[in-house]
Amino acid sequence: MVDKQLADKIPTFERGRGNGQADQGVSITNWSALMGRGGARQFGEILAIILVAVVMIGGAEGLLRGLNVPQYVMPPPSAIAVAFYTDFQFIWEHLLHTLVELSAGYVLGAVIGLILAAVITQFPFIEKIVAPYILMLITMPMLALVPLLILRFGFGYEPRIIAVALASGPMVMINSATGFRRVDLAKIALARSFGASTFQIFLKIRVPMALPMIVVGLMIGAIFGLLTAVGAEMVGGGFGLGNRLTTFSSMIQMPQFFAVILILSFLGILIYVIFFLIGKKWASWQA
Amino acid sequence: MALATTSPARVKMSVKSAIKIYDTKSGPLSALDNYSMDIGDGEFACVVGPSGCGKTTLLWSMAGLHSLSSGHITLDDQPVTGPHPQIGMVFQEANLLPWRNLARNIRLPFEIKREKPDQTWIDHLLERVGLTDFVGKFPRELSGGMQQRASIVRALSFKPSVLLMDEPFGALDAFTRDEMNMLLEEIWLETRKTIVFITHNIAEAVFLSDRVFVMTARPGRLAKVFDIPFPRPRSLDIMATREVFDLVNAIKAEIQHRPTMTTSNRTAGAREGSAHG
Ligand SMILES: Nc1ncnc2c1ncn2[C@@H]1O[C@H](COP(=O)(O)OP(=O)(O)OP(=O)(O)O)[C@@H](O)[C@H]1O
Ligand SMILES: [Mg+2]
Repeated sequence: MVDKQLADKIPTFERGRGNGQADQGVSITNWSALMGRGGARQFGEILAIILVAVVMIGGAEGLLRGLNVPQYVMPPPSAIAVAFYTDFQFIWEHLLHTLVELSAGYVLGAVIGLILAAVITQFPFIEKIVAPYILMLITMPMLALVPLLILRFGFGYEPRIIAVALASGPMVMINSATGFRRVDLAKIALARSFGASTFQIFLKIRVPMALPMIVVGLMIGAIFGLLTAVGAEMVGGGFGLGNRLTTFSSMIQMPQFFAVILILSFLGILIYVIFFLIGKKWASWQA
Repeated sequence: MALATTSPARVKMSVKSAIKIYDTKSGPLSALDNYSMDIGDGEFACVVGPSGCGKTTLLWSMAGLHSLSSGHITLDDQPVTGPHPQIGMVFQEANLLPWRNLARNIRLPFEIKREKPDQTWIDHLLERVGLTDFVGKFPRELSGGMQQRASIVRALSFKPSVLLMDEPFGALDAFTRDEMNMLLEEIWLETRKTIVFITHNIAEAVFLSDRVFVMTARPGRLAKVFDIPFPRPRSLDIMATREVFDLVNAIKAEIQHRPTMTTSNRTAGAREGSAHG
């Protein structure tokens, strides 16, 4: 039989390798920017990363102390570390509040955004009608609404959750819609040739095709949600990391203030890493 | 070299007076005009014709992927009104789903049909085309020829009795194309499916077919049918023979001599090329 030898003869072009693959989709981030190719595995790399961190932090410490920069302008890393340690119990509680608002608002916004994106893109007519309002939601500063929401819902979780949902939902929606709008007639015809129903086409073709953009939307939505949660906490109410930021800064407790800032940055990085991993698992076929 | 054609003993698929008119922005566009053909059971038939003459339109109609403006398509004397479980389709450029590995690509028809795949048969097909060791690979990790072989396995996996192939090897280089043609003939000899194969490449059509159907330029009509009498299995050596040379030239002449013998084609200025090729 010819085929066995054929298999050996036909060259395998590793088409996924080159950098000519970034042809589809609008990826706003380079997934691997943070993680490196498959993580920093090499011992030398890890050593270098630690070394740079030590030099940076040590340098900042030395510089701030050497120049006698007052603590209320910029506390040295050691003071922030001490504040982190001594006030952790106290900050921790507020972190939990922020996480509750973020996750509740985000889940709400993301689910609605996803469903809307999926439905709207199936009906171009509806899409035309709804598009201006979505754009309005995206460009509207949600934080400006928070005082209003507080008037209506009080100083509890509600106004913040609503603000987070309103900030993250449209981001999830607009990116997912971009994904769902990618139509590949040949792939849809393929599914139809097997007798696929409209719903099966949606499930087996449209969703996987939209997935990379959905992941991007989910990530941007989560980061916008975090920013909005903190901002809303700064506007009003007596708890949450944002609230701590205003209190610490008004009391000129700068080490504590920067400890909270560090936690927030860490949360942002965590969101990024989570979606990087999700993207790698579910949407790597196009990258 | 036969100029008159033999009609098949037992007709498997038949196209009768097919007319397809697309609605386009610049008005109605006639893609198929009174096209008819009968495909015999177990026959290997090729359809050749100039670019944009309506070959894909014809094949999609036969696959039940879109309806005709008028005319009939039948399979085993039953009208084809939509996608049919007895029809397997091989698209131009493999058309594998890039987010699925080969194994899962081949499983797609069964997921959609909610049937259990016949794994023994699939494994046999995979071995036949030399892809057994590649089932875990994603399409982007495979060469164009391997992708197209996988798509043939996918189309044969659910045992259709008819295989419709739309320029499946059009994007492959000449060597890979020759190898694919030999492989396809072997598979056809083993399975005896009824195959309708569309191509631009006349030599390919002659090598593969029992009969070659030549279409006119748009709107597509049947210009002529050529019997290809060479015994099977064929070897690539026959491509160098006088008979094949003459046949290829005769078919070429048939395509070129009647570029636009149409009277009904009032939208000649409409765009060329395929919207779904
Ligand atoms: N969905 C469509 N809507 C409007 N016009 C179409 C559509 N599909 C095809 N056409 C037109 O119909 C004609 C025949 O197209 P078709 O794709 O069937 O040709 P083809 O013979 O397969 O061409 P090619 O050899 O380039 O693949 C072309 O002029 C094409 O522009
Ligand atoms: Mg075509």
